[in-house]
Amino acid sequence: MTIDASGAGILLIIAIMTLVTLLTRYGGVLAMSFVRISPRIESFINTMASSVLIAIIVPMAVQGDAGALAALVATAVVMLALRKPLPAIAAGLVAAAGVRYLL
Amino acid sequence: MTNTTYSYQLQPAKIRYEFFRLLPISLFVVAFGMAFGLAAVQKGLEPMQAVLMSTTVFAGASQFATLDMWGSQVAVLPLIAVVFAINSRHLLMGASLYPMLKDVAPAKRYAMLLLLTDANWAVSAQEYQNGRRNLEVIIGGGFVLWLAWIVGTLLGVYFSRLLQDPQSLGLDMVLGCFLLAMALGGNKSPRVLVAWLVAGLSSLAAYYWLPPHTHVVVGALAGGVVGYFWLEAKPQ
Repeated sequence: MTIDASGAGILLIIAIMTLVTLLTRYGGVLAMSFVRISPRIESFINTMASSVLIAIIVPMAVQGDAGALAALVATAVVMLALRKPLPAIAAGLVAAAGVRYLL
Repeated sequence: MTNTTYSYQLQPAKIRYEFFRLLPISLFVVAFGMAFGLAAVQKGLEPMQAVLMSTTVFAGASQFATLDMWGSQVAVLPLIAVVFAINSRHLLMGASLYPMLKDVAPAKRYAMLLLLTDANWAVSAQEYQNGRRNLEVIIGGGFVLWLAWIVGTLLGVYFSRLLQDPQSLGLDMVLGCFLLAMALGGNKSPRVLVAWLVAGLSSLAAYYWLPPHTHVVVGALAGGVVGYFWLEAKPQ
């Protein structure tokens, strides 16, 4: 099944994307409302939460270019040293821009 | 009012505070939005169609990915599969907020979830790890991120020459660096570090060997399994 990418077709495509995305924003919360939150489930979702971040970042670091890796390393070092996110992110951007300029 | 039975009272002043707290990161989101707007018109979308998509979908990675599938015709099932796979991390993000969200009246709960995205969720989840309950950042922070995404798209479709090469400025790494800073600002017990190791290795394995766009969910669930079997020691 295909949709013509023109006029009303594009509106239909956008509507489908909106509905699917809305389903993901609501689905996890709806599902949890049927689960009894035991300490074990609470532990699962807490560990899962920070693991979401790691699961986004690690492939980004491994398959990205040298600039991407430099950005993440610089962010990690500054964050662990200063414990402030904005300087850490700024250091990451400077590192990425610098490495990409030099290479 | 039924919300007297829900214990989480949303504070309007804190919502405004969180709006301004995420304003700096939102400026970078404007740059992403410009890159999306530029890519969208290059693929043949009308400017206002791109802006409409950013307004109603509000999920950048999936929007970029659908542009890769764009042609004179778009296949529906692959479109649904790709959008669902990339955005399925929202399922886990929403679930992780449930211990707080269950204390909010359903109408407000599902209204604020419209604004759920990576950056405001990361702040809320990190604060929850550190013992603070902050749903206001989902609303205030989400609103400023949403506005930034729309404004960025609007600038990108009309003034694309302003930002030809966002990568040379490192702007493609803003979200990655932000999420990493959030992760490192949270709880780092041995239990969490083991979960991260498992999550990182699982996401890499999924990245290389499983279908595209599954690695975030696979890695996150694998990390969660560590938490399921290894409970935090009770505070003394």
